[in-house]
Amino acid sequence: MATFIEKLGNTDRRVIFILMALAVVLPLALRMNLPILIDEGPSKDHYDFVEALPEGSRVLLSFDYDPSTMPELQPMAVALCQQLMTKNIKIVSMALWPMGVSLGNEALTAISDSLGREEYVDWVNLGYKTGGGVLIVRMGSDIHSVFPTDYNGYPIADMPIMDGINKLGDFDMIISLSAGDPGIPAWVMMAGDRYNIPIGGGCTAVSSPQFYPYLDTGQMVGFLGGLKGAADYETMVRAELDDAPPGTATPGMAAQSVAHLVIMLFIIIGNIAYLSEKKRKGGAK
Amino acid sequence: MITFVTGMIMILQFFVPATQTMGETIQEWFMIIASAAIFLGTINLIQVHMHKVRYKARNWKYSPVTLTGLAAMLVSGLFFGGIEQGGAFDYMFQQMVVPMGATMFSLLAFFVASAAFRAFRASNWRATLLLLSAFIVMLGRVPIGAMIWHKIPMVSEWIMQVPNLAGQRAVMIGAAMGGVATSLRMIFGIERSYLGGTD
Repeated sequence: MATFIEKLGNTDRRVIFILMALAVVLPLALRMNLPILIDEGPSKDHYDFVEALPEGSRVLLSFDYDPSTMPELQPMAVALCQQLMTKNIKIVSMALWPMGVSLGNEALTAISDSLGREEYVDWVNLGYKTGGGVLIVRMGSDIHSVFPTDYNGYPIADMPIMDGINKLGDFDMIISLSAGDPGIPAWVMMAGDRYNIPIGGGCTAVSSPQFYPYLDTGQMVGFLGGLKGAADYETMVRAELDDAPPGTATPGMAAQSVAHLVIMLFIIIGNIAYLSEKKRKGGAK
Repeated sequence: MITFVTGMIMILQFFVPATQTMGETIQEWFMIIASAAIFLGTINLIQVHMHKVRYKARNWKYSPVTLTGLAAMLVSGLFFGGIEQGGAFDYMFQQMVVPMGATMFSLLAFFVASAAFRAFRASNWRATLLLLSAFIVMLGRVPIGAMIWHKIPMVSEWIMQVPNLAGQRAVMIGAAMGGVATSLRMIFGIERSYLGGTD
């Protein structure tokens, strides 16, 4: 006969869904805040590299994601724009994913408006072009032929920000916020390795393990992994700025903490039930 | 023949400067063809869903929703202010596409919790090792891990930077070798399945 713990092991999935929803919603509703401790790691490396860029440097920021991964990647975009624009670093943005254009524009205009930066002088959004890795290779020899105009149809040759920028090698750094393919791997292989440009970026937590080899070899200067990376970056950027608007990743870490604990609790209950059943069946033999 | 010539030019452009211009031309062709594929994809989407509606295929009721959404985004983008902020297209993107996309991805949390509860079993020592690693990484990625024990984030980072890195590197090298082998098979005409055949 099944024991109580074994019955617990067969909990209806709807109960799991409800507990999971509560684990996410309650910390957000109660505005629970947990301290974000910044250790040495990929996020700190990325932050330090950008901080070391001199004023007036030119960075290519590629928004290679869509709304499905926005909760993790959009806070990174906002924090990066905040850091770059505060340091007076010129941002040339683009997207390898069609929906990345609008999401990137949202972050760029919000920070630009708050800091009084000017479009076409301090930043520009070139838009989306199909082609992935091939597009990057073409940009390596001539950006103007790939993007004759920005996403508004304005000729990039007439923009002050594009003075002296003709190919990828003219950038001091490339940052890709990537949710998959094309994304960081394409930038590392086609731009970083080929034209020797420092590559940074951010990705979802699920895909972050695959980018550790790039860090070890120095092919990436650092990266932000998932919501934790975004919260780390928000914390570091906000530490330098008194009037920086609050981000969305830091409050999300409390919800993620509780959600992780709930998942771990489910796994422990499932295993106790499994071992109990195994022992009972073993004993029955 | 087209594949062989194109593939050889793309390889040679790295070693023979004279072929570099040809390589760049092929890259531009690729981008034009890839752009045209978006239109083909749209036409295919319309055909598939029209077919489902006409023959009342399984779940056909969702097809008119898909076609209406496609038409609404297309018309608003082409005729009502394009993609500029505050326009009809931007409004639908921000108020409908963004929340629906985020919702789809968020559902993963529920399925992961349910799947982990039913399938993540310490059935042998290897599975137990995996389970323990998962626990450490899960705790190391959230602030509560450091509150439980301040060294958990360090252990988590070690797992990512040593065992994970070794495994990922092996997978990357294996996949790259496979990519080279498959490319050569396609260039030399040994692999033809991409043409739609059965070879």
